[in-house]
This record gives sequence, structure tokens and C-alpha cells, in this order.
Amino acid sequence: MISVGHYLAVSAVLFTLGVLGIFINRKNIIVILMAIELILLAVNINLVAFSAALNDLVGQVFSMFVLTVAAGEAAIGLAILVIYFRGRGTIAVDDANRMKG
Amino acid sequence: MIQLFAFYLFATVVIASAAMVIFARNPVHSVMWLILAFFNAAGLMLLAGAEFIAMLLVIVYVGAVAVLFLFVVMMLDIDFAELRAGFVRYLPLGALVAIILAAELVFAVGAWSAGGVDLAARAAPAVTDKSNIQQIGELLYTRYIFLFEAAGIVLLVAMIGAIVLTHRQRGGVRTQNISKQNQRRPQDATRLVDPGVGQGMEL
Repeated sequence: MISVGHYLAVSAVLFTLGVLGIFINRKNIIVILMAIELILLAVNINLVAFSAALNDLVGQVFSMFVLTVAAGEAAIGLAILVIYFRGRGTIAVDDANRMKG
Repeated sequence: MIQLFAFYLFATVVIASAAMVIFARNPVHSVMWLILAFFNAAGLMLLAGAEFIAMLLVIVYVGAVAVLFLFVVMMLDIDFAELRAGFVRYLPLGALVAIILAAELVFAVGAWSAGGVDLAARAAPAVTDKSNIQQIGELLYTRYIFLFEAAGIVLLVAMIGAIVLTHRQRGGVRTQNISKQNQRRPQDATRLVDPGVGQGMEL
């Protein structure tokens, strides 16, 4: 029978793949943003799994808020990407140092 | 039995397509694999009984976020081969971090299933005689109403921010000026002339 542990394993693998994606695609910010979406998806699966296992709906409500933040983050991230590309002609972000941080 | 099969099907496909997202050479293919991953994650959530979140995942992620990604990937003219230059160089470090993270997660799951921490009582227990959507709605519009409105404000700020960031005023474009059109009178625009016969007229 499927237990919450199965769901946790799936979401752990997804989360790890997301972090690995950020590390190996250091230059390509589009894939980095997609990896962040994968991480947030893993978090959502975790929330829903615990919500079902504990028979408590709050997990699903918070999963919705995570979804909201993920959508907003994707929109803002891609907007910044577009203006960065307009100014530089490339999206290689590993040498992004215009703000001299 | 069929739940078991469905779970392993969805789980396998979601993990495989997540791996393809980060390893695909072409970002357009990455977006396609991302869509597949979202669909299968929605299936997983459906199996767990969270119908509303599953539908929301399909609508918001596949319908909005993935399409946004596709637009941006196809709108920008990017040399993707050059972007993959550091792929092999970063692979050992990335693999190391991923292995450590996976080991930590497995350890956490093991500790949790060994007894874990005794959490507080359920905040909002689910009942069986109402549908999932109805229960979430009753919770969302009563106890979490301010959080719900805050989420709406987050979306509004994201929308305004994206518009402000990407909007640009382009010069040399002949746009319609409605007030100028309305100020134009017939006597400014036309004139009546009475040319003599055979003389023609100057314009």
C-alpha cells in the first residue's frame, strides 16, 4: 500500500534533481528558473502528502500559497531575464556583475 | 492494486521528466519535459485526494507558467551551445551537493518514520461528507482570508512589476493621437478654391 513515505521519497528525489539542475546549468538562467519550479513542485508534493496523511487540510491551503508565489516568481524572474537580455545580448548569468555586488 | 500501479507510473514519469528538464540540451525541450512533470505531479496529488490542488497545478503551471517560459525561450535569440560550456565542469560539484542533500532527506524521512516529533493537534481536520474543493473553500474564505488576500496582492505586485520591467517607450513609431484628431477642424484641413477656366490650380 502507498504510504506517505513513498510520496516523501518522490519529492526528495525531485528536490534533489532541482538543486542539481541549478548547479550544473550555472550559465543558463532559464533552466535555473525551471529547476526552481521543480523544487517548489517537490515542496507542494510534500505538503499535499502530509495533508493527506495527517487528514488535515491546512497543507493543501498552504500548497496554494506556494503555487501563488511560484507563479509570481516565474513572472518577475522572466521579466528581469528579458531586460537583462535586452541590455547585454546574452543570458550568461555566471558573469553578471553589473551591480558590483 | 491499481492505485499502486498508478502511483509508481506517475512517480517514475515525474522523476524521469524532471531529470530530462535539467539535462536536455534545448531549453524548449526542457519546457516540454517540465509540462510532463507537472501533469504527472498533478496525478500524484489526485491519488492523495487533493483534487483541487491537482487541477490548480494543471491550470496554473501548465497553462500559465510553462507557456510563459515557452514565450521567453522562443522570443530571445540565444546561443544555447555557448551556455552549456560549463556543464561538465560543474557536474562533480553539483553531484556532490545533490548526493549530500539526498542523503539528508533520506535521513530525515527515516527519522520521521522512526517516530518523529509529536506535532500539535490537527488544525483543520478533513471530513468525508464534503468534497475536497468545498472544504478548501470553507477554510480559505474564513480562517485564511487575510492570507488569501495577501496572495492576491503578491500576484498584483508581480504583475505590475513584470509590466514595469519589460515596458519600453519606442521612438519613431507613428501612434494614434486622439486629442490631436479631435482638435482638427474642417477649416484647418480643407479650403475652397475657385480656379479660372483653363488655368489649372496650384495645390
